Amino acid sequence: MLTLSSVSKTYADGTEALRDIRLDIDQGEIVALVGGSGCGKTTLMRLISGLDTASSGSIAVDGETIAAPHPAVGVVFQEPRLLPWLSVADNIAFGLHHLPKAERIATAQDALTRVGLAGYGDRWPRELSGGQQQRVSIARALVPKPKVLLLDEPFSALDAFTRAALHEQLLGLWDAIRPTIVIVTHDVDEAIRLADRVVVMRPKPGRIFEVVSVAAPRPRDPLGLPYEKAKRRVLHALDRSLQNEPTTKPAAASGDAALWW
Amino acid sequence: MSDIILDQDKNNAAPSAPRSSVARRIFHYALAFSVPLALALGWEFAVRAGWSNGRLMPPPSRILDAFADLTASGELKIHILATLARVLAGFALGAVTGAVIGALAGVSDIARRTLDPSLQALRSVPSIAWVPLFLLWLGIFEASKIALIAVGVFFPVYLGVSGAIEGIDRKLVEVGRVFRLTPFQMTTRILLPAILPATIIALRAGLGLGFMFVVAAEFMGASEGLGYLLVDGQQMGRPDRILAAIIAFAALGKICDGILVVLTRPLLRWQDLARSQL
Repeated sequence: MLTLSSVSKTYADGTEALRDIRLDIDQGEIVALVGGSGCGKTTLMRLISGLDTASSGSIAVDGETIAAPHPAVGVVFQEPRLLPWLSVADNIAFGLHHLPKAERIATAQDALTRVGLAGYGDRWPRELSGGQQQRVSIARALVPKPKVLLLDEPFSALDAFTRAALHEQLLGLWDAIRPTIVIVTHDVDEAIRLADRVVVMRPKPGRIFEVVSVAAPRPRDPLGLPYEKAKRRVLHALDRSLQNEPTTKPAAASGDAALWW
Repeated sequence: MSDIILDQDKNNAAPSAPRSSVARRIFHYALAFSVPLALALGWEFAVRAGWSNGRLMPPPSRILDAFADLTASGELKIHILATLARVLAGFALGAVTGAVIGALAGVSDIARRTLDPSLQALRSVPSIAWVPLFLLWLGIFEASKIALIAVGVFFPVYLGVSGAIEGIDRKLVEVGRVFRLTPFQMTTRILLPAILPATIIALRAGLGLGFMFVVAAEFMGASEGLGYLLVDGQQMGRPDRILAAIIAFAALGKICDGILVVLTRPLLRWQDLARSQL
């Protein structure tokens, strides 16, 4: 449904940010991108959102090539990026400019209720907490009913409790309309709580290192065995992705660690 | 003022009820007026007690008398209206050209590299230096005065608008791109609201300079206007009239600025700033 075919990105200054990314994502699937810094996660998001264009290869949603921002793709940035001069409701309705006013208001109110902010429509963004602002940002991206929702480290600035609550809320929203979701995160727990597949990337240049499927049924119990297994596999892959030769180093490292103690 | 300061603390979306207490407001006004009132009463007392004859620095009662005379004879109204008309005409001219050229320099790199160095050089020319040239070019009547005021208003507005456009948050522009705004929509829905606060401050600075330049303009030969009243007071040896004109300038400038602030406040209600009332 979302198809990345041999996507590469080299910046004008010669930095090779992504090399040969191939990925097929199904309708309604949630995919998490994890990896060390500089592995091109954010670059990949910008390419899928159409804000940047790939140097080679192509990205398509249901066969339609993405070369510029596309109505089928909604974006939630790392920061809420609400427009401070618009009320919360007007921010949510920002992408609905083509609709009549009454419909815009009704849609925004409905979305506010679904993200648990009913009654906040007339507030200014500055009056909301960081978590509330990010919920508004998610609502803004979802109301035009995109087929793909991209989230670029959307919860990284929030505390653990707020983050956990927002994970539940995001899954609730996803369940209602089942868009395809691609989420960038540096939090392995976040990836496993949310995703069907976790894509581990490796840096310099950014490549896909390993794809881990998370088999645990939702809602996921972070203490359950399937969760624990998936987490261990992702952590292991991450560990190896940051080393130059993926050999049996982890074992050696743990041996050294024992001696050091 | 008070509710905005509190607003900054409550990031957690507590219900925001307006809580302007009347008593606090009165107290703030009392503070604002305490210094001029104390000075005025002190000087009045000093002259009455015979410590000074008050000829060169007349006491408040004599200034009030001068005000009363000027008002009764209708002169004050004529002068104020003449000055106001010049300031507004010059302000309109300077603000529009400043905003247009500032926008051009802010949007286009080539325009900025072409225009900005020359404009910055011209900006440092003192206002009075233009007077002889404008008199030669435009004559001694209104055109030269309005041109001089427009020059004064132009620069702060130009600087404010071009700087505001350069300072627009790229991240908000990207939001516009994600929602596929046309260039026109991008301008009206993102760029203009984003530069509005800086533009309004620039307009206020421009208006203030307009009032400074109107005096220079009226010094260069006017038969009416508050600047003329100043020159006239000097030639006639009437410091009370000079002071009356100065106070009229202060009041007029403050009122015009206040009107600008009140007119633009609804546009800036969204701002998260400590100052809301100036």
